[in-house]
Amino acid sequence: MLKVPGITQGIVIDHIKTGNGLKIFNKLRLDKLDTPVVLLMNVDSNVLGRKDIIKIQDYTDINMDILGLIDQGATINIIKNSKIISKTKVKIPQKVKGLFQCKNPRCVTTVDNYAVSEFTLIPNDGKLQYRCNYCEELTEYKL
Amino acid sequence: MKLQGKHIIDASDLSVDELNLIIDLALEMKANTEKFSNLCKGKILATLFYEPSTRTRLSFESAMLRMGGAIIGFSDAETSSVKKGENIADTIRVLNNYAHIIVMRHPREGAPLLASQYSTIPVINGGDGGHQHPTQTLTDLLTIKYYKNDIKDIKIAICGDLLFGRSVHSLLKTLSRYPNTEFVLISPSELRIPYYLKNDIMKKHNVRILETTSLEEYMDYVNVLYMTRIQKERFFSEDEYIKLKGSYVLTPEKLKYARKDLLLMHPLPRVNEIDYEVDKDPRAKYFEQASLGVFARMALMALLLGRDY
Repeated sequence: MLKVPGITQGIVIDHIKTGNGLKIFNKLRLDKLDTPVVLLMNVDSNVLGRKDIIKIQDYTDINMDILGLIDQGATINIIKNSKIISKTKVKIPQKVKGLFQCKNPRCVTTVDNYAVSEFTLIPNDGKLQYRCNYCEELTEYKL
Repeated sequence: MKLQGKHIIDASDLSVDELNLIIDLALEMKANTEKFSNLCKGKILATLFYEPSTRTRLSFESAMLRMGGAIIGFSDAETSSVKKGENIADTIRVLNNYAHIIVMRHPREGAPLLASQYSTIPVINGGDGGHQHPTQTLTDLLTIKYYKNDIKDIKIAICGDLLFGRSVHSLLKTLSRYPNTEFVLISPSELRIPYYLKNDIMKKHNVRILETTSLEEYMDYVNVLYMTRIQKERFFSEDEYIKLKGSYVLTPEKLKYARKDLLLMHPLPRVNEIDYEVDKDPRAKYFEQASLGVFARMALMALLLGRDY
């Protein structure tokens, strides 16, 4: 069994569905951080069978909206002095700004640099369906 | 209730009370146009038309001129600094020093909302692509009020492309806020109202919505018939278009079954969805509807400019 030491300060993203760990790593651009980052894939899990985990030392300022778009089952643990001081479930973001493009080619956000795409979640059978705040077109978020 | 300084991007930016305020002033302006001939003296309307539009632009210009105001602007983006690549925000920031109110038509959906985020003076959406056209909705409401005396107990059939026709969506959303509105939605099954919109309207306002593919089915039931154009490119196949294009053409024969008090509307321009013979029918009011649009725009601009009347 592979053993990775715990972090003393920072964030642990746990219960990531296998395969999503690398997607989260890439979308959060964790390779750009200058602090230690560990990505564990296909780890044994009592709940999921297998899971991915990301541990980031000395850094907690990650974009929760990106996490919510990729994996709604993940858990966020904030670590201080080697102890978990808070544990929260990732939530699907109700509002999203600048994270993906509107699918409507006629939308002003696709051509004007001043217009940053902004969306509001429209619940639809668990799909990540967002309405553009500018043109109202519905875009389903997919990686 | 003050509308001064507001931006009008979507008809839902206005409450029912605000809509009624505009409509009542528009009716007063129609009845006594002369009285308001100096209401906007010294005020300048900037018409920013990034794509051609005859009706909307001239209607806004006529509205401002009738109130004694002045007009600047362009009606073709090719002849403005837009051609040099200027973005919307910069154009608006400059225009804020040249005019007191802006009306903007733009082929990009959401462009007037973007403009309003950088504007210190009111921005009115004069149509953004196939998205919103709030002054058309105001015109529609004014026409209903003018001919029906009140906007309540309206049984309105709307015929055409209900899937993509978003100015129709704006009318649906706005009318559903008025008491006892019933909708009959007539379209080919491929162009039915989006599910989320229907659900939204029914849940929020508890209105009755009947859907049909037949123009004739509820002809004797409704007191307003709102015809719109179905664009050929909206059909999924040429065969389907050929099969259906005749079904949504209003003829004197189809109107025979309609109520005597029917109000027949169309946002214009029409292509072939209303037979020219129908123009002679006294219930056809689409040309009057277009002329009422001037008064709707006069009232809106006067209120946004905070004029006392």
